[in-house]
Amino acid sequence: MQKLIEITNLTAGYNGLIALESIHLSIFNNDFIGIIGPNGGGKTTLLKVILGLVKPSEGSIKYNLPDGDKMFNIGYLPQQFSADKKFPISVELVVLSGLLQKRNIVRSYSKKEKDKANEVLIKMGIPGLRHKAFGELSGGETQRTLLARAIISSPQLLLLDEPGTYVDQVFEGELFNNLKELSKKMAILVVSHDAGMISSYVKTIACVNKQLHYHPSNEINNEILKAYNCPIDLITHGTVPHRVLKDHK
Amino acid sequence: MAELFENEFFINALLAAVLASISCGLIGTYIVSRRIVFMSGGITHASFGGIGIGYFLGINPILGAAIFAVISALGVEYFTKKAELRNDSVIAMLWAFGMATGIIFIYITPGYAPNLMSYLFGNILTVSAHDILFMVILTSVIVLVFALFVNIILYISFDEEFARIKNIPIQFFNYLLISLVALTVVINIKVVGIILVLALLTIPQNIANTLTMNYKKIILYSVLFGFIGLIAGLLGAFYLDIPSGASIVFTLVIMLAIVKVFKRFVASLGKDFN
Repeated sequence: MQKLIEITNLTAGYNGLIALESIHLSIFNNDFIGIIGPNGGGKTTLLKVILGLVKPSEGSIKYNLPDGDKMFNIGYLPQQFSADKKFPISVELVVLSGLLQKRNIVRSYSKKEKDKANEVLIKMGIPGLRHKAFGELSGGETQRTLLARAIISSPQLLLLDEPGTYVDQVFEGELFNNLKELSKKMAILVVSHDAGMISSYVKTIACVNKQLHYHPSNEINNEILKAYNCPIDLITHGTVPHRVLKDHK
Repeated sequence: MAELFENEFFINALLAAVLASISCGLIGTYIVSRRIVFMSGGITHASFGGIGIGYFLGINPILGAAIFAVISALGVEYFTKKAELRNDSVIAMLWAFGMATGIIFIYITPGYAPNLMSYLFGNILTVSAHDILFMVILTSVIVLVFALFVNIILYISFDEEFARIKNIPIQFFNYLLISLVALTVVINIKVVGIILVLALLTIPQNIANTLTMNYKKIILYSVLFGFIGLIAGLLGAFYLDIPSGASIVFTLVIMLAIVKVFKRFVASLGKDFN
């Protein structure tokens, strides 16, 4: 077990508003963490801090390069992505953009890199879309393509922001099965408002509501949520795919 | 038609057409795919302020326009990102401010009043050897930038945040590209004028995008369609005795209409990527 990221006493926000306050979090190479919490609670900000897109106003974030790796590489699946329908880019080129960091940006793509893109597309179940225009894809195809882009570089850490938002439940299930498989090779942090959905896949749960509360297992119940001051959908565990929502008053 | 080629004005016009179609083909593909056509329009009109100041100070108005346009471009890029002003409002203010500045300075310049029409609507037949030299230099820079960084330019246009995560120096490219947009507009003012230069930056690209979804092919087709439109428009202007800038734009719009209709009938012309 290696520590990849260490966040210490970190405060961050936008435009003078504090989204995260004094949080602590360590991410290890075999982690599969579900991040839950209310809207506006700072879940996306946490991912952006880890990605380096938002600078902390206080505290620190440290990246530890695993032994033998040359650079720290984070895969990212954004929450919302709507490309212009006419945007002139193919699925293959979108996926290849995931390799940007690891290559000389002036060179054109090699056969090996294109084969790698194809391999990832096969893994995502969409090899036939390789030459299709990205803007013409359906919601599920878009998510698969963007996930392929996130993992093509074999990152040490994969961040996903609400991967189930624009896709149906069948695809969401497939996606999480995929993630479970991927979690053997990389650390994963997945943000979701749907605690019930992710709790059956992830190893641990963290609730972000300005503060961060880390729950060392994937079991969550009413008491835990209450203790965490984490106002989200309540769920029942079991094999039947349903949710029972508590009364909101 | 042979006598046309013995005319120096016409030879210069022909060279200008080649250079304009290359610079506008490349830069236009960038602004169309990134949806910054309106921003480019703002910069174009702001450059008129530079023309006015150029007249007032007695320097080459095109040089004045170039400086003014680049400063405006960098300003728009800076203010919309850093100062959190509304992007489209900044552009509209700059647009009007540039035009107002130009008119004031031309008005207070003593003596001879310049022919404003030639800046607003252009005249490809007035392009000088000097202008051609500027065009050659800028077009070479643009071709070089695209030859080296075409994929980066495509990725930044597609998803700037992701490119930033992948350690691409976004800021550098944004400032570089918007400066090239400004300079492209300025060197083409003589060709089609301030009011019509947007046509050269958007119509060929939209004709091309009707036929392909491949970025590099859109660039190539845009250069080709831009050149055809410029030459056909120029000949139309010559034989029908109408202003060349307007004739070129008119020709491009007709080409777009023809290709759109043609595309409808030939379904097999596809969105290929090969």
